[in-house]
Amino acid sequence: MPTASDDGFVVFDRVQKSYDGETLVVKDLNLSIAKGEFLTMLGPSGSGKTTCLMMLAGFETATHGDILLDGKPINNIPPHKRGIGMVFQNYALFPHMTVAENLAFPLEVRKIGKSDRDAKVKRALDMVQMGAFGGRRPAQLSGGQQQRIALARALVFEPELVLMDEPLGALDKQLREHMQFEITRLAHELGITTVYVTHDQTEALTMSDNVAVFDDGRIQQLAPPDELYEAPQNSFVAQFIGENNTLEGTIKEIKGTEALVTLDGGEIIVAKPVNVSKPGERTRVSIRPERVEYNKDRLHADAHTLKAEVLEFIYMGDIFRTRLRVAGNDNFVIKTRNAPDQRRLTPGETIEIGWLPEDCRALDA
Amino acid sequence: MSDATQTGPVLAADGRPLKRSLQRALRAQKMRALALIAPLLIFVLLTFVAPIADMLFRSVENSIVSDTLPRTVLALKDWDAKSGELPDESVFAAMAEDLKIAEAEKKHITLAIRLNYQTSGVSSLFRKTGRQVKKWDVPNDGPYMEKLLDVDDDWGSHELWRVIQTYSANYTPGYFLNAADMELGPDGVQQVDDSQKIYVMMFKRTMFLSIVITVSCIALGYPVAFLLASLPLRTSNMLMILVLLPFWTSLLVRTSSWKVLLQQQGVINDILVWIGLVDDANRLVMINNQFGTIVAMTHILLPFMILPLYSVMKTIPPSYVRASKSLGATNWTTFWRVYFPQSVPGIGAGSILVFILAIGYYITPELVGGTDGIFISNRIAFHISRSGNWGLGAALGSILLIVVLMLYWIYDKIVGIDNVSLG
Ligand SMILES: Nc1ncnc2c1ncn2[C@@H]1O[C@H](COP(=O)(O)OP(=O)(O)O)[C@@H](O)[C@H]1O
Ligand SMILES: [Mg+2]
Repeated sequence: MPTASDDGFVVFDRVQKSYDGETLVVKDLNLSIAKGEFLTMLGPSGSGKTTCLMMLAGFETATHGDILLDGKPINNIPPHKRGIGMVFQNYALFPHMTVAENLAFPLEVRKIGKSDRDAKVKRALDMVQMGAFGGRRPAQLSGGQQQRIALARALVFEPELVLMDEPLGALDKQLREHMQFEITRLAHELGITTVYVTHDQTEALTMSDNVAVFDDGRIQQLAPPDELYEAPQNSFVAQFIGENNTLEGTIKEIKGTEALVTLDGGEIIVAKPVNVSKPGERTRVSIRPERVEYNKDRLHADAHTLKAEVLEFIYMGDIFRTRLRVAGNDNFVIKTRNAPDQRRLTPGETIEIGWLPEDCRALDA
Repeated sequence: MSDATQTGPVLAADGRPLKRSLQRALRAQKMRALALIAPLLIFVLLTFVAPIADMLFRSVENSIVSDTLPRTVLALKDWDAKSGELPDESVFAAMAEDLKIAEAEKKHITLAIRLNYQTSGVSSLFRKTGRQVKKWDVPNDGPYMEKLLDVDDDWGSHELWRVIQTYSANYTPGYFLNAADMELGPDGVQQVDDSQKIYVMMFKRTMFLSIVITVSCIALGYPVAFLLASLPLRTSNMLMILVLLPFWTSLLVRTSSWKVLLQQQGVINDILVWIGLVDDANRLVMINNQFGTIVAMTHILLPFMILPLYSVMKTIPPSYVRASKSLGATNWTTFWRVYFPQSVPGIGAGSILVFILAIGYYITPELVGGTDGIFISNRIAFHISRSGNWGLGAALGSILLIVVLMLYWIYDKIVGIDNVSLG
């Protein structure tokens, strides 16, 4: 569990939140976000992400603990004085104002002069390639365009911190991918600190400097995307991020960086112990589908092998996806690249599969 | 397979025009829709459209004069009312004959009542003459000018004959003129005596009080609707019951309870006197005047303001308010620039509802309005049920209808009826 250091730009220090006084929606949250960092809060629905964002924005108060912005506690500062830009899932563009009026709104309430205001609005619109749309009403724009305007509005008053709560949730896949790119580009160009909330792990992995995986009101792991994917710290993270195969078993023995695991089917495999500590403990062994190899020539010399029966073979164009029965698990999936020399498996055949011990992580059960 | 250069109507696969095929296909659907609404349609036609049409008709219809006095009307045609002389013998003879026939059919009384609206005294004149005429041998025992003048000097009244002539057409603008405090005089349209003027003032008062009531409803209803819309659903449903509670109580009970509260020996006065704010000798007059009408009607019409406001406010997503604050707006700016503009359709809907209900309200002003707090509807009711002057009542009602339609039209021009939302 990461602990908050006081030098972050945004710091959550032992923050708790309860709405009803009975259950904690956010439990002991410690998080430090550096200036200019793009941090994503990723987690299933109901895990408390929005609540954290709302506490940061000032729309909910923390039941316990401190939230610091640039070193100063902000618990008692009302939302409109926090100077935090926000992008909402439904965009929240004011329907009775034109696009330009929407953008001018935060400048007007800051008493910025008309000419200055117009220049800033124009710059913000150009920044999201919407320069020609200033006179339109939000209802006359497509979802993607509204999204851009919402982004421009959150940035037009040059906040140092921008919060986004599932801003791309309502867009179709292609537009979403495009906007992911746009948002990261803007965030880095402008050097703003971004806290981004999503339940889409691909989005989290592609956009972020750091990802905080939320579950049950706690941060399960805070790490850069590659580390999160390749070195999940517990089985929730392993399951939640990317596709994952699990084999259940019991720890037989731990020797330094290697653990022997007796699978429930009786086979013994070597795994890397992550959060298991002593023999006899239940464990879930996690292996990524693309790290499993069945081509004998490519298997590493000291790779561990198991017998597997092919149940299903799916051709997906760039990759093959094969479902196997391994050690009693019918949902063991492997993915192989569609290379010229790659063999296509046929259902019913029995093969030997293997992997490197470090790709096989023994996690909590 | 219609090609781009084709100019005629687009054809369906079987060669018939596409439009006709489509109509045929939709006809069954339309018939079914019509059958479903037919009961309501008939009901509305019978109970709403027909009475309104009848009212519009009655406000100009005037065939009673020419029906009852056909000969007189004909004979009076050539008489010049401005000459200052009485009509000649032929007119009196025609009148005697008409009256004899009318008397036999007992129609002369009805006519007399009708003419009495225009000039007083006709009623008794016709009754009296009717009793005499039935003994005469019309048209053989003339001259009738003398005989009629013998019965009553009023037959020599120039004004009487002018009125009969003026109202001899089958249709008359007279009722509408009366409704606007005007009448048909010898020189055309003229204002009635100042002492008789009442309707223009009544219309103005009705409009003014309705506006005051609408504004009070907005002032009282807006905060309530705002509260209801921002509370959690369970609480707001509970409170909504309180808003709806008046609907479940009889209108009469509610109005009467205002009497109990507001009258000079009533609860409010008692309390004010007890506290010492008001002297016992000068208790406040709060009922049987405009104040009473405004208070009671605001109370009665308040739910009609709160409900549309609430349903509009309920649809304003809280994220707008949050977005506004995150952009740096204070609570007040957020309300005024973001929340309020979006609640305007609710204000519009509530205002139209309350105003239109108020402008035609009858029972409450009748009970608590006294003399200076009654509405035009009370005059209409008076004419329909007591004075029997249905034509004038209908004309007043028609004017009220026109005023409401005009206001609706103006509202549509200014605010746009699309902006009205009943949720
Ligand atoms: N205003 C609220 N009142 C009561 N409970 C709430 C409120 N907002 C969220 N919750 C509860 O808090 C939990 C976390 O919600 P949220 O922060 O919205 O999660 P996420 O954004 O990760 O989906 C959920 O169980 C939700 O029901
Ligand atoms: Mg959420």
